[in-house]
Amino acid sequence: MNIENPSVSQTINSVGSGLLKAGLTGTRLKDLVFAKVILFAAVAAISIIFLIFIYVGKEALPLFYDPEAKKEASLGNLFLRQSYGTPDMPLPYIWQPVSEVPKYSVAPLFLGTLKVTLIALLFAAPFSIAAAIYTAEFASPKTREFIKPLIELLAGIPSVVLGFLALIVLASWLQSVFNFDYRLNAVTAGLAMGLAIIPIVYTVSDDALTAVPRSYREASLALGVTPWRTAWSMVLPAATPGIFAALLLGFGRAMGETMIVLMSSGNAATTNFNFTESVRTISATIAAELGEVVFHSPHYHVLFFLGVILFVFTFLLNMVGEYTVARLKERLMGR
Amino acid sequence: MNCSDRVSREQSGNGGSRQRVDWNDRLFRALTGLACWIIVLMVLLIVGKIAYHGKDRLSWDFLTMAPEEGMTAGGIFPAIYGTALLVILMTIAVVPLGVMVAIYLNEYSSHTSAIYKVTRLAVTNLAGVPSIVFGLFGLGFFVQGIGGSIDRVFYGGQLVFGQPAIIWAALTLAVLTLPVVILTTEDTLRAIPNELREASMALGATKFQTIMRTVLPQASAGILTGTILAVSRGAGEVAPILFTGAAYFLPELPHKLHSQFMELGYHIYVLSTQSPDVEATEPILYSTVFVLLALTFFLNLVAIIIRSRMRTKLRRAA
Repeated sequence: MNIENPSVSQTINSVGSGLLKAGLTGTRLKDLVFAKVILFAAVAAISIIFLIFIYVGKEALPLFYDPEAKKEASLGNLFLRQSYGTPDMPLPYIWQPVSEVPKYSVAPLFLGTLKVTLIALLFAAPFSIAAAIYTAEFASPKTREFIKPLIELLAGIPSVVLGFLALIVLASWLQSVFNFDYRLNAVTAGLAMGLAIIPIVYTVSDDALTAVPRSYREASLALGVTPWRTAWSMVLPAATPGIFAALLLGFGRAMGETMIVLMSSGNAATTNFNFTESVRTISATIAAELGEVVFHSPHYHVLFFLGVILFVFTFLLNMVGEYTVARLKERLMGR
Repeated sequence: MNCSDRVSREQSGNGGSRQRVDWNDRLFRALTGLACWIIVLMVLLIVGKIAYHGKDRLSWDFLTMAPEEGMTAGGIFPAIYGTALLVILMTIAVVPLGVMVAIYLNEYSSHTSAIYKVTRLAVTNLAGVPSIVFGLFGLGFFVQGIGGSIDRVFYGGQLVFGQPAIIWAALTLAVLTLPVVILTTEDTLRAIPNELREASMALGATKFQTIMRTVLPQASAGILTGTILAVSRGAGEVAPILFTGAAYFLPELPHKLHSQFMELGYHIYVLSTQSPDVEATEPILYSTVFVLLALTFFLNLVAIIIRSRMRTKLRRAA
């Protein structure tokens, strides 16, 4: 049975819309328009992220259907073993887009990215996590107030400046100490990149550690456990997902970082596991080659395809990282 | 932690007069502290190195003159001018949009609604997209997409806007810095007590009036912080402008929206990787880096100061 009397609700509706019409000339209209504009802005912000994916993806798409592009750079050319070189000296994975027979194997670029990122993480992770434990557990509030802004300052250094220092100062210094065959190599670029990701690994780890409730520490200390034991076997395990997330976010940042590797990695697309040789990363390849590429050539589409790969990887790493942090905070703070 | 210090002291006090030194504790503290101070040392070393070498060439002429003799002499004025113009255009684009999105997130949407969650997810993930991908996006969307369309419609296919230009570089940077503005503004809006909004509404103000006259004035310091952080980020990014408008050398300053421009970060990149005479350009390079670093640090410092003032004000109000 319909409880609502249709005529009554109709009356209310008509009175309501009448009121609305009367008010629409003045402040009400502004209110309504403003709400719509705001909604539109929010929708625009969401669309931008989809637009990024669509526009970068759109330029990569011809690799999948255009016979012209497929002839030169099919997915097989990109990912599978190729028969370049001679039988005595096979060159199965070569990135050489500008040559008589363009070769687009992405293996050297993936390997290069992995090598630099690995060095960066190995360098940055111990320092930043230890520093986060220090400032969260042991440092006096005053020291903390001094150190945190300084590390944030490191985040404010533009990556082109770090790249410049790696190229001019760090590379010469490392070579004179370790006698590298190649002045610019994965170690040089990796260490500079490590500097770039220390702030994010530190900040996220510090957040996770300070999110561990005081009561955890107090309970542990009350049982007679020493402060360092408390930090090590009470606070740190509770914050582990957050530190894991910090490493993921650092990894994502390092993968996408462009200027540092472009300037200090040597940019040679090699396929070996020697960390003291020059490397070429995915991001640096895009940056170095897109400026001179012929528009809408297979090479151009391959570079956009690399962009899609970079986008998807970093997006996933970020999502997992952010989700982990959110879950951890929810659990620890009981929100 | 202060509290843990006290507890450990009391513990050893209870243990009798014999002071037992916990070597593990000492070692652990020392190691973590060392790591911390090494990072601080590295930051100071970087800044010190640049300041030390950068000051040699720095002069009024260096800041106000154009490069000469194939970048081996003269100043960097066109790069400073280009950077300033770039971030101004970027700010005009990003701040209104960013603030509106933040207002939507905090004032209009319910925090459990799907659109709120999707927007937040999009914004936080936008912050993690590599800057080179923004460069690809800028080239594909702004330069070729929008610029190309403008040329087809208004210029009969003539190449005017469909090529790298300062407006496209600025818009690309605006997209890149959008999350900075949104997240900072939203944080500020969230900190404003609800009583203020309720008081305004109870006096008969509409939501629009409440936001414009009560909420936004309260949030102005936060919006300013977000703007400054966005400018500092935008001024330092090079990858997004590589293909969207930056040029190595231009004889004249950019004077139209579709001009190309010189920029500090791009100048550093090109000069340090493609200079024919490294010896001659190195002092110029150090000074250029010094100028860029001084600019970004100054902006960051201002943002930090505004933020800490804002916090004390809010604490006092609470």
